[in-house]
Amino acid sequence: MLKRTNYLTKVYGLPNGWQLPAYEREVRGYETARRVLTTMTPEQVVTEAKKANIRGRGGAGFPMGVKWSFMKPHPTKPAYLVLNADEGEPGTHKDRTIMELNPHAVVEGCIIACYAIGAHVAYIYVRDELHLSKERLWSAIKEAKAKGYLGPRPFGKEYAVDVVVHTGAGAYICGEETSLLNSLEGRRGEPRLKPPFPAQAGAFGCPTTVNNLETIAAVPSAFMVGCEEFSKLSAIHHLNDGGVRLFGVNGHVKNPGVFECAVGVTLRELIYDLGGGIQGDKPLFAVIPGGSSTPVLRAEEVVNAPDEKSPLHPWHGKSVLDVPLGVDTFRGLGTMLGTCCATVMAEGTDPIAAFHNLMQFYRHESCGQCTPCREGSGWLFRIAEKLLEGTCSMEELNELHDIANNIMGNTICAFGEGTAMPALGFLKKFRKEFEAYVRGERSGKHARLTAVPLS
Amino acid sequence: MPFALSPERDRELDEILKRYPTKMAACIPALHLCQDQNGWISEEVIAWVSNRLDLPPAHVKGVVTFYTLFNQHPVGKHQLWVCRTLPCALRGAGEVLEHCEKRLGIKPGETTADGKITLRTAECLASCGTAPMIQVDKEYYENLTLEQVDRILDKLQS
Ligand SMILES: NC(=O)C1=CN([C@@H]2O[C@H](COP(=O)(O)OP(=O)(O)OC[C@H]3O[C@@H](n4cnc5c(N)ncnc54)[C@H](O)[C@@H]3O)[C@@H](O)[C@H]2O)C=CC1
Ligand SMILES: Cc1cc2nc3c(=O)[nH]c(=O)nc-3n(C[C@H](O)[C@H](O)[C@H](O)COP(=O)(O)O)c2cc1C
Ligand code: SF4
Ligand code: FES
Repeated sequence: MLKRTNYLTKVYGLPNGWQLPAYEREVRGYETARRVLTTMTPEQVVTEAKKANIRGRGGAGFPMGVKWSFMKPHPTKPAYLVLNADEGEPGTHKDRTIMELNPHAVVEGCIIACYAIGAHVAYIYVRDELHLSKERLWSAIKEAKAKGYLGPRPFGKEYAVDVVVHTGAGAYICGEETSLLNSLEGRRGEPRLKPPFPAQAGAFGCPTTVNNLETIAAVPSAFMVGCEEFSKLSAIHHLNDGGVRLFGVNGHVKNPGVFECAVGVTLRELIYDLGGGIQGDKPLFAVIPGGSSTPVLRAEEVVNAPDEKSPLHPWHGKSVLDVPLGVDTFRGLGTMLGTCCATVMAEGTDPIAAFHNLMQFYRHESCGQCTPCREGSGWLFRIAEKLLEGTCSMEELNELHDIANNIMGNTICAFGEGTAMPALGFLKKFRKEFEAYVRGERSGKHARLTAVPLS
Repeated sequence: MPFALSPERDRELDEILKRYPTKMAACIPALHLCQDQNGWISEEVIAWVSNRLDLPPAHVKGVVTFYTLFNQHPVGKHQLWVCRTLPCALRGAGEVLEHCEKRLGIKPGETTADGKITLRTAECLASCGTAPMIQVDKEYYENLTLEQVDRILDKLQS
């Protein structure tokens, strides 16, 4: 159900909308943090936060409030909040809009979250390329400090909070939370084995909550409307998937962009209502629902959920385009909601060229620690090359399955699955097209990725 | 020639060090400051950072080689990245790259003979909703047409 909202996005596009006066005037900025810090205990904040049913906006959909509740005070070590704004997943372009256009929501979210989990410092890890984002965050931090909202006594409360912007230096893997922590500590961004989870041993070996930047930016709105009320804005509140969030759409749509809506939007609404339909009014071919790591869906797929206990059962027999975008609904479809930014492909897009493009990405970005991932991502790309060149044999095509399956479950971090799952997804959904390449009926020479020529 | 950060940048590094419980955490920010000044990370820069932050040179070197944005060799005066990943490719990144290659007469990874422009490809830069896009030094240029690409190149070459 399409229900547009503007909790986070009301100040988007206003003159100086990213500055403190606009934030205070338009959305009663910092009133919520003031109320939370001066009237609630940290335990109450965590209990309340759970009711918002905010599922992690970084891709895995872990419930935010539950994650906060893992934070236990340590006798000697401080606690940290770390915001993940690495935004490297191909097809993901939402966090950047918050940092550029509403950075105060991030800072206010940090104040509430730090208080809840017992942290006095929040590090915002922003990928280095986003220079404007870093600048806007720093200026918001400065404005909040000048007003006394941030610092030794926010709103007069004896609970110091500081926010620091930190940056990487170009590595997709640093979005993986343990790699990010290594990078924050000044090391190579190689993922660590989990457990221990960051809540047990995170930044500088201390208890840490890592949340996506949008997850934390949603906190002030949730507490402003009341966490339970906030959750109920969602059409799938009953699936513990609450509130409002940013929906991105890119690729072959007429009106790509980022839109704030109540949870429950369907792909059809995202593509046709928000995205304005397909370029050149072509038919829809396929959609990658939430970043390149989420397996692709074909336009004509139908939901198969005869089991009444399945969260998908109400959509049994309907088009996958009519299922509300949710963490559990999309897991049920055999793919993932991921970052909730969809990549749309029109009829005429060559799926093998798309596969080749993505496998090039994964080969480039594997950190190389685990053999199945390092070697496997290279092999997947080489087979994609051979397919486009017209030199791939049927045996090699079948090897794709073995290579991808051998990555699954055999690696330190989820990058491995994030490579293997979309690879297997393309193979399964486009088997006919893959075979046509092997038989020489199609070739890379005519492979097209654009729907309309670039002017 | 031994390297040293300018007094102004060195004071900035002092400020940065205050933000973290360890000196090591300032490693990446310090390398950024050095690269801003020097254009790339030479052995001398590594020696200076390792000395300033009390880190073994091998640690600093390990960090430099891990991250793609640290230049291990000198680069052109301007760096131009064309995002090549799927969402951009669906909206014409291939044409943008081809156009840049033709106009500059170089391939990704190369620098023009006058030392002005290094052409690179980038993986998704979080602008998929405003594709195709390129990054020039610290600026993003989005929703590009080939005509706009021409104008950007004209400006860089002038
Ligand atoms: N936003 C982006 O640019 C990208 C997002 N992703 C997404 O990342 C996801 C994978 O991320 P992971 O962090 O590996 O997923 P995960 O499922 O291991 O963890 C999700 C979060 O919950 C916490 N958690 C899970 N189980 C826990 C437990 N038992 N105790 C304490 N904490 C626990 C983790 O610390 C983490 O913060 C993928 O689903 C993908 O969609 C992947 C690439 C890029
Ligand atoms: C390879 C890889 C890259 C990731 N990149 C990001 C990222 O750029 N931003 C992000 O928020 N989460 C990313 N994640 C997910 C994080 O590990 C983590 O789950 C997330 O930051 C937790 O925040 P959330 O619970 O608020 O979503 C990535 C995971 C993997 C495996
Ligand atoms: S799975 Fe890949 S990216 Fe993750 S730690 Fe292993 S080699 Fe590195
Ligand atoms: S694919 Fe180019 S910015 Fe995302």
